[in-house]
Amino acid sequence: MNFLNFLKENSDKLLELSLEHLGLTLLSLLLACVIAIPTGIWIARREAWSRWVLGAAGILQTIPSIALLGSLIPLLGIGVKPAIFALLLYAILPILRNTFTGLQGVDPAVREAAAGMGMTPWQLLRQVELPLAMPVILAGVRTAAVINVGVATLAAYIGAGGLGEFIFGGIALNNNQMILAGALPAALLAVLFDQGLALLSRKRQQRPSALLLLIPLLGWMAWRGPANKELLAAAFDPEFSERADGLPSIQHQYPGLAFNTLILNAGLLYRAVAEGEVDIISGYSTDGRVKAYDLKVLEDDQHAFPPYECAALLNGNTADQYPELRPTIELLSTKISDSLMTRLNYEVDHLHRSVSDVATDFLRQQNLWQAPEGARKGEILIGSKLFTEQYLLVEIFRQLIEGHTSIGVIAKPGLGGTKICYDALRTGEIDLYPEYTGTGFQVLLQPTDSIREAIFTDADAVYAYVKENCQQRDGVLWLSPLGFNNTYALMTRSALAEEMGWERVSDLLKE
Amino acid sequence: MIEIQALSKVFGETVAVDALSFRVEAGETLALLGTSGSGKTTTLKMLNRLIEPSEGKILLKGEDVRKLPLEAMRRRMGYVIQDVGLFPHYTIAENIAVVPRLLKWPEERIKARSQLLLERLGLAPDVFLARYPHELSGGQQQRVGIARALAAEPPVLLMDEPFSALDPITRQELRRDFRELEAFQQQTVVLVTHDVMEAFELADRICLLDKGQMQQMGTPRELLFQPANDFVRNFFAAQRLGLAYRVLRVGDLQGLDDTPPLAGPQQVEFSATTPLQEVLDQLLAPGSTARIGVNHEGQWFSPAQLTQTAAAFLQKS
Repeated sequence: MNFLNFLKENSDKLLELSLEHLGLTLLSLLLACVIAIPTGIWIARREAWSRWVLGAAGILQTIPSIALLGSLIPLLGIGVKPAIFALLLYAILPILRNTFTGLQGVDPAVREAAAGMGMTPWQLLRQVELPLAMPVILAGVRTAAVINVGVATLAAYIGAGGLGEFIFGGIALNNNQMILAGALPAALLAVLFDQGLALLSRKRQQRPSALLLLIPLLGWMAWRGPANKELLAAAFDPEFSERADGLPSIQHQYPGLAFNTLILNAGLLYRAVAEGEVDIISGYSTDGRVKAYDLKVLEDDQHAFPPYECAALLNGNTADQYPELRPTIELLSTKISDSLMTRLNYEVDHLHRSVSDVATDFLRQQNLWQAPEGARKGEILIGSKLFTEQYLLVEIFRQLIEGHTSIGVIAKPGLGGTKICYDALRTGEIDLYPEYTGTGFQVLLQPTDSIREAIFTDADAVYAYVKENCQQRDGVLWLSPLGFNNTYALMTRSALAEEMGWERVSDLLKE
Repeated sequence: MIEIQALSKVFGETVAVDALSFRVEAGETLALLGTSGSGKTTTLKMLNRLIEPSEGKILLKGEDVRKLPLEAMRRRMGYVIQDVGLFPHYTIAENIAVVPRLLKWPEERIKARSQLLLERLGLAPDVFLARYPHELSGGQQQRVGIARALAAEPPVLLMDEPFSALDPITRQELRRDFRELEAFQQQTVVLVTHDVMEAFELADRICLLDKGQMQQMGTPRELLFQPANDFVRNFFAAQRLGLAYRVLRVGDLQGLDDTPPLAGPQQVEFSATTPLQEVLDQLLAPGSTARIGVNHEGQWFSPAQLTQTAAAFLQKS
């Protein structure tokens, strides 16, 4: 029932995404036909070339779709263009191969009779070969259509819309209804395409061109141009645009702020803004790419985003067993600012320095570095989630603890998501990992709406809440914050910010 | 009508056709006879330039075919092949209409012509015109193939083993119907075959080929009774008597008796040009009473006379 409600509430959006999906699929399919069918005809006449051409098309097919979409951004930017181009490349092979095979399958006696009767090569092709090969060619178009409906879901990664927006939004938010609302219509579309084309191929099709004319018409009908150009061009990842503490919160806290919005894979946002495809993106305030691409984080002056202050989480039993552990880690309290964390991330991600070198340099600068001495007594495990910042923090913790105490440390970074790390900590499988207050508040504790509403943008109140509740419920200790706040942020190119005089999110309202 | 001069075709190192020359007169049927690999099909396909000659000349009504527009030239030559090659996606009517449509005939004329041809070839037009090739038997398909080749009334008909893929009975029937076809009798036909009997039955003249070279060219009678060399002699050795019955006619009979025949056997009259094979078939038709033949001069003959005559001709050769 929840699913039906979801469909009902989002019927407009669903229709829009379905039409976009249809448009992407049809337009790319049409272009693929335009390229692949003549090429297929050509190689059917020049067999020496066929191996090379089919081989090349086969190689295109093996490029992973995400990699292909990503690599097209420098050439074609983001949005519909690269999506159509990528889909087109995937559709070429089945159509090309089937055109070739279909023409090869024409009975040589028929061809000889046609030539002997005085048909020109063009008449032979139009009146005999193409009609006879058409069922096979259409089978290739069907295969390509089904592939394209599937791959078109990935178009949402590069801001081309389509049903993938629901699928990736749903995955990001762990919202099964949303995933289904994207996946089911996509599956339905695939079946419709397949059966529709099958119907066409069952008819005796003497005029293949009539069918091919139908496709651009539908494609044109389904694909609508970009929205309002007056607004600021912004790109957000699916999770940000749907989460209550993401875009909806911005719209609530900054009334009147509106964007011409594009949904884009989180990994591509930074590049998109850096290359001027859009002017505003959502991002994480301490991401190394902020520095790498020379971006400006706009200050959230109206507190739309909840705090995600970073602090070490410590298992209560471990704290009792090694009393020296807690004060050692708390040497780091308030030592890491947003910009410092951004820089450390940048050094690893973009300067490709090793995590341990960056950690050592950091500790030296803070005068906290000491060489480990003496034998190790006891052993603790430090875990982390799966991204650079967490790897760095684990390494900093490890070097700090080994330098200042005699406890042995085993680093186990990259355990996966929040749930996995926290459960491992609670049950004592790991002893320590870095976590963020906002995550603890919303994901781990899931407070009632009234509590949430009351405090969720108040950094101190949230810290106090998670500290108290995690200790009471799970015996897990929140140590004092490290100083940086890895939260959602709106950002833009530094040059543009300077030119426009943007410092804070409120400044965008002037546009 | 069609003349080739020193025509050769070389594939790589193989000489498929070696300096072949002949002339086919208007209305004449020439059979290119030979075993497989003799170059007969290659020769035929050079006539409509499906294969380009390596050397030599082809003249159609005195014009060099290489100087004629390719497609226009082919539309003037009907083409029938062993595998028929009907267009499977076209109805019988559409198949027959291919060349007339290429020639932009009015639809009325195409329709009338298609109906006439199907009728002559023993296929009821209202039954068959709307059907597709796969609904027809092999023999029926080849009948349509012939109708298609004749549709635009081409002055020349090229046939490449047209009856070879059919079973013996169907082949016999189709050959007979084809031979009686008005168009066949009026047209210049070049027929490729490996079937000696077929060549003897249909051709005015036979060109016997071996390894791309002409062994002998002439009427069936000349080839049988005056073989130019051992190859020709051996080629017909196995079927000499049967062939003799085909080429000899009632007028060739020798030593006939002028006395009236004994009463009893039924008398059947034959003209001087009736082939002996036909006489034999009638005299020996199963289930009938005893029969004897009578020629226009009133002389009578029994099957024994036919055999004696045939034997006499064969002995002389």
